[in-house]
Amino acid sequence: MSRPPSSFRKPNPLLDLLRARQVRFGLVLSVLVVAFALLGPLFAPHAPTDLVGITYGPPSLDAPLGHDYIGHDVWSRVLAGGVSVVWMSLVSAVLALTAGTALGLLAAFARRRVDQTIVWFTDVFLAFPDLILVLLIVSMLGREHWIIVLTVAVAFAPGVVRLSRGIALGVVNQEFVEAAEMMGYPRGRILFREILPSILTPLLVHLGIMLTWAIGMLSGLAFLGYGVAPPAADWGLMINENRAGLLIQPAAVFGPVLLIALFALGTNLLAEGVGRVTSRIEEKTT
Amino acid sequence: MTTLSIGPQHLLPQLRRTAAALRARAPAWLPWFIGRLLSGVGVVLVISFIVFGATQALPSDPARMILGPEAPEHTIETLRRQLGLDRPLVLQYVDWAGQVVSGNLGRSIDSNVPVAELMAGRFANSLTLTLAVAAVAFPLALVLGIALALRRDSLFDRAVLSSVVLFKAVPGFVIGICLVMIFSTSVFNILPAASLLDPALPAWRQPQYLILPTATLALSVATYLLRLVRASMIEAMDSEYVTAARLRGVPERRIIWRHAVPNALIPAIQGVAMTFRVLFGGAVLAEVIFSYPGIGNTLNAAIEMRDLPLIQGIVLVVTVGVVAINLAADLITVLLTPRLRTATRIRARSPGLRNAASLWRTGKSWRVSV
Repeated sequence: MSRPPSSFRKPNPLLDLLRARQVRFGLVLSVLVVAFALLGPLFAPHAPTDLVGITYGPPSLDAPLGHDYIGHDVWSRVLAGGVSVVWMSLVSAVLALTAGTALGLLAAFARRRVDQTIVWFTDVFLAFPDLILVLLIVSMLGREHWIIVLTVAVAFAPGVVRLSRGIALGVVNQEFVEAAEMMGYPRGRILFREILPSILTPLLVHLGIMLTWAIGMLSGLAFLGYGVAPPAADWGLMINENRAGLLIQPAAVFGPVLLIALFALGTNLLAEGVGRVTSRIEEKTT
Repeated sequence: MTTLSIGPQHLLPQLRRTAAALRARAPAWLPWFIGRLLSGVGVVLVISFIVFGATQALPSDPARMILGPEAPEHTIETLRRQLGLDRPLVLQYVDWAGQVVSGNLGRSIDSNVPVAELMAGRFANSLTLTLAVAAVAFPLALVLGIALALRRDSLFDRAVLSSVVLFKAVPGFVIGICLVMIFSTSVFNILPAASLLDPALPAWRQPQYLILPTATLALSVATYLLRLVRASMIEAMDSEYVTAARLRGVPERRIIWRHAVPNALIPAIQGVAMTFRVLFGGAVLAEVIFSYPGIGNTLNAAIEMRDLPLIQGIVLVVTVGVVAINLAADLITVLLTPRLRTATRIRARSPGLRNAASLWRTGKSWRVSV
């Protein structure tokens, strides 16, 4: 803003993003929680399944956050319990984005029958509240991690289809697409080299928002008992396990609650910050 | 016989006239609505395939799921025959769908009570909770959204927006646990942590058990709607008709309430429909946290007990409810938008949905910008 008009600078979108406070804050928060979850297991004083104390035992030098419902060390479990949420939410959001974008582009590009069919099927899946669809499928197919990841992606994909189709519809009639068609480029090239780059920004913002939703969904599923099986540690699962001891040993619930909340908040701030900055850039250039 | 002489050739213009009169009287949006209704029925049909397929046709064998992995083979065979699982799938589906349409959702495997009977009480409880959330969240979102839009970029606006991000990002069940921590354990201990309703009384007569679940759900769903209303209202106030009204000297108060607000609230109709969908999903977790005896809690228990008829019944009712709400939102949007109401041909199946979804997701209006 305060930079003199004479210094002509090549625009660097990444720098523009990092200049926004919200983006920086969201990025730092997300990276910190991810680092905590991924590196945490290395620093855990005990194995997450070791019984080292009494039920809801008080904090000690050995266990700074006390003990949980059957005497695990809470601090070790908090350190070990983040990996599953982190990788599962990331993978399912990326899967939903990839599959949804492919279908959405196909719908926008093919028009008519194919388009109508795809949109109509998104209607079918959007009638299921996300969590209920996932519960329905997971309860029947089993609780393996990859099934949960896939079904969460299936639940999120229709939204991506709608979004990418909508944006792509505005692009497919642009001159540069028509020019590419007239030059006889193959369809795949037009889709991936011409159309995809010009709709990528809103899709990446949506990836961040889906990540927030996925964190809520997966930790909620773990809380309900779908996900990591009980003796192992998981933030969502820990909340449920130690709920009964909330009065005696609040740290066993508060630790995982805080981490889930910070992770969701970080990804959301990051996504929306990026969305805000990019739309500001767009406004400036148009 | 004499009447025949003034037969068809006289009747035809008459018929034509009646048809034209009918068309003139029938609302212009009717063909769109009939198409939309048929499409909705189709969606419900496919949903019933999915619900039936997910519970009975997937590779997992319901009989084995009910009896557990250690059950001997011949018991499983007997149960399969009793449940009719040895018949062709199409027959099973037709049979099941016929029963559902005639209102018979089957018997709960776990408690041997008719599913419809089991669901009725739980459904009433969930409806009470949903209405309570709606009564809190919708007015809050509308009033606060308009208020923020009128004071946009002020300190108040920015403060509310940044604190609202907290409730939007943090998962609903985490908000619920935090509320329990604050209000029913260490800090205040004034509200019950578990909603152990007295089954003899209707839920609305026991408001102390409704407060925390309502607050949890309202806090997590109101934020999206709030931002939608704010963005939509800002857009309305920036529009040309508001400028034109200002130039004509229309008082500002009248501009806000008579010109801007009615237009700004159109996307909120689709927003409310989207809120309900999120609410139904979130209610499962909220009901489990507070042990609230509603449909979500029952679904969770049914899945744990592998009670297939109960799972089918609940999922079917909830999804059909969402389809009906979406249909109603589309119809209300058309009826309240003069441009759509009088259009001879409405091209979108769900008018305004794209814009509303964009406002909902990002707080920004739908714009095709390249």
